[in-house]
Amino acid sequence: MLLYLVRRLLYVIPIGLAVSAICFSLVFLAPGDPLSAVLPADASLELIEKLKADYGFDRPIPVQFGKWVARAVQGDLGISIATGRPVNSELARAISNTFVLAFFACSFGFTLGLVLGFIAGYWNGTWLDKVVTSLAVAGVSVPHYWLGMVLVIIFSVFFNWLPATGMGAGGSSEWAWDWEHLQFVILPAVTLSVIPTAIITRTVRALVADILSREFVTALIAKGLSDRGVFWHVVKNAAPTALAVMGIQLGYLLGGSILVETVFAWPGTGFLLSVAIFQRDLPLLQGTILFLALFFVFLNLLVDMVQTLLDPRIRRT
Amino acid sequence: MSAAAVDVREAASAAPAAQFAPTQGYWRSVFSRLMRDKVTVICALVILALILMAVFAPWIAPEDPLKGSVMKRLRPIGSEGYPLGSDELGRDMLSRLIFGARLSLVMGIVPVLCALGIGGLLGITAGFHGGRVNTAIMRTVDVFYAFPSVLLAVAISGALGAGITNAILSLTIVFIPPIARVAESVTTQVRALDYVEAARASGAGNFTIIRVHILGNVMGPVFVYATSLLSVCMILAAGLSFLGLGTKPPLPEWGLMLNTLRTAIFQNPWVAALPGLMIFLVSFCFNLLSDGVRSAMDVTR
Amino acid sequence: MTLLTVSGLRKHFPLKKDLLGRGGGTVHAVDGITFDVAQGETLGVVGESGCGKSTMARLLLRLIEPDEGLIRLEGRAVGTQMPLTEARGKMQMVFQDSFASLNPRLTVEDSIAFGPIVHGLPRAQARERARSLLARVGLEPLRFAGRYPHELSGGQRQRVNIARALALRPKIVILDEAVSALDKSIEAQVLNLLLDLKVEFGLTYVFISHDLNVVRYMSDRVIVMYLGKIAEAGPAESVFGDTRHPYTRALFSAMPSMDPDRRTQQPPLIGDPPNPIDPPPGCRFKGRCAHAEDICGRGDITLTSAGAEHRVACLMTQPGSGHSSAPGKAA
Repeated sequence: MLLYLVRRLLYVIPIGLAVSAICFSLVFLAPGDPLSAVLPADASLELIEKLKADYGFDRPIPVQFGKWVARAVQGDLGISIATGRPVNSELARAISNTFVLAFFACSFGFTLGLVLGFIAGYWNGTWLDKVVTSLAVAGVSVPHYWLGMVLVIIFSVFFNWLPATGMGAGGSSEWAWDWEHLQFVILPAVTLSVIPTAIITRTVRALVADILSREFVTALIAKGLSDRGVFWHVVKNAAPTALAVMGIQLGYLLGGSILVETVFAWPGTGFLLSVAIFQRDLPLLQGTILFLALFFVFLNLLVDMVQTLLDPRIRRT
Repeated sequence: MSAAAVDVREAASAAPAAQFAPTQGYWRSVFSRLMRDKVTVICALVILALILMAVFAPWIAPEDPLKGSVMKRLRPIGSEGYPLGSDELGRDMLSRLIFGARLSLVMGIVPVLCALGIGGLLGITAGFHGGRVNTAIMRTVDVFYAFPSVLLAVAISGALGAGITNAILSLTIVFIPPIARVAESVTTQVRALDYVEAARASGAGNFTIIRVHILGNVMGPVFVYATSLLSVCMILAAGLSFLGLGTKPPLPEWGLMLNTLRTAIFQNPWVAALPGLMIFLVSFCFNLLSDGVRSAMDVTR
Repeated sequence: MTLLTVSGLRKHFPLKKDLLGRGGGTVHAVDGITFDVAQGETLGVVGESGCGKSTMARLLLRLIEPDEGLIRLEGRAVGTQMPLTEARGKMQMVFQDSFASLNPRLTVEDSIAFGPIVHGLPRAQARERARSLLARVGLEPLRFAGRYPHELSGGQRQRVNIARALALRPKIVILDEAVSALDKSIEAQVLNLLLDLKVEFGLTYVFISHDLNVVRYMSDRVIVMYLGKIAEAGPAESVFGDTRHPYTRALFSAMPSMDPDRRTQQPPLIGDPPNPIDPPPGCRFKGRCAHAEDICGRGDITLTSAGAEHRVACLMTQPGSGHSSAPGKAA
């Protein structure tokens, strides 16, 4: 098992490099020559020369990639075309805001998903199960950016209970743990949690129903195992898979936050991406995507490791 | 199928041996099982109706979807001459929703079809050859798995720039890896079965074996899997347009309409929400349809 | 007349090493096997599971490439003097799993006709042949030709597989545990069908099975395999009646017998079959053999004649081998 963990850890290196290579190649996908893709429109001659040297556009592509990775490792992701500020400082603020949003979305979505999934699985086949299952299908089918709009229409336009967009009064983007700020996070967090909730519900439902239908559980119940005992048994057996799915969903949630953050003008990584697209700010796009993808890679690593530790029966090669 | 074989089969069902269930083709039995599933049939009808609506849009739509009037902006649902209201430029919403089905459905379906072709080919090649070919293909596929699908679509589209073709291209790239993975794993399983060995023992070459014995048994599960991606693709495609990465104004497309109407949610919220409802409807039907096809094709039942 | 000659057939499967270079090793699945099969006879091959029987069957048809060894069919070397396609027409195989060996998407008729079509027979004629073969294996063509495998019982499917194997008009049919998965009553019917077909089509069988009673019933000659090597080979009555190798004796003693006189005095096999990964030199059976001595671990033990056509790979039967139970030189 230790060996597997080490190997899994080492596997991150080639995957990380390949992910970086894809992000790097985005510059070449863009129409026009790569230099103009990373150059602010009003760049001084001095800056042009510096960027030329930094990126090494006159050098062979592998050298360019090497330089790019070397700079990325040191935290230099280039200069945002839109703002003229370094990409990493733009990114740093956005990341913390996205994590605030993700924290609320996950707490809400994972809890709801676990509860609904358990209910549907435990009362498998009843009307309750059917209702929950239909809700879950609706949850994975709904365009969440549209759901966000509908929530805004209901809670902001009609009832005027919650603010429609932004992260704080007066366009502030500083987070604080009070109702002033909390009210801003509710709608985007609920919107963002819909897909993970639906997927976790489906997964947990299937897990619970499967565990309860196994013969040894029937035997345990026949022997007079208490409801609490059965519950504990199900939790123990379902936990590794459920945890893995939740981990992966956290990653998808961060990736999917671009649409929701755009709807709610939440100043996180997703909003940054949409600004980058709108302004054709390629360094910003590249940097943000690189960060989110690498985060996803590490999340996958973490999930695999935790799952291996929790459930050593899973033998991997 | 030669005429003689058909005759034999008809004779078989007419034969006195009634204790045997009449012989049925696989696809025919799948179809009859599908037909018994009411939810699936309704979803299929809804999708069919929407496709017909898209094809015959010019004859169905009451107005020109591009013609607007500044005087008649944001009329509410049910106003005179505008059964579903008008948009921020005074264009008829009903007509725009009908015409919007064209681009929205194309962007939601074409990428999955392209990915089914390319990903299926890659997966079957990898699965059938095994060894180094498999490693090379599947490791490349793994790299794309390191991106959440929305992020990958946005990254490629964002770099390529807005446009329908670019959006379809980026969505195709997004869906190739998952389809290739499914195709590879099914092919690997099928390849190890004795009937493939038996075919090889009959002296058949790789191409014949793939054509007769692999394709038919692999494409079923892969196809079912691909149908489950249609719903995701609809949402993603409209999402790209919503971000300004798909179609460009003034073309009617549901995702883009949702975006341009976003500013109108305070004046006329329900009109603004209509395009999203269409996306939801299609995606929901695709999801249920896919579930139905999956259980109907389950051969072990 | 000798139809099939196999000499020095060998297949080792290397195992993957892990990151630290541990593991590795080689599975000696088939390790230098030599035998021949005469026209019209049935050669039985017995051994525990994992002894290499199935690998050997696949090697004969070149479904797996052998590392070493030569297969001659009708005196011509397969792969060089005789093209593989031709050899595969003359040699066919019936697999154990009747369901897995039929394509679920093809009708029974199409499955049988596939081979002849590959070999260039026109479609209509191939179907014609398929239907007449169906009739021959006891499945009414009108009723069965258009059916799919999942609509048939296990015994019916195995009849289809037999028909499929015969569709290319082979000289020799390899039956790899072909009846092992069937119910006993069905098994008997299929065995008798095989015997009938053998006479009618002038076939030669290589009959692989772990079931000794069945092998005895079917075979003219028998090969006993242990860990990729032949332990004992000879005419069936000689191998079953005058068993020489301790492994064969142990194997037979595990065989249920209705005859109280035949109840065994031999100890049954103890322990699991040893690992085929990197076996030690010498006799492969020595770890489980009641008569093992130091000498058994030295060098290779060759198949040596122990009577007319009866050959045994055991030092106890070889005069002057150094084993304490070996017969004297003069004997």
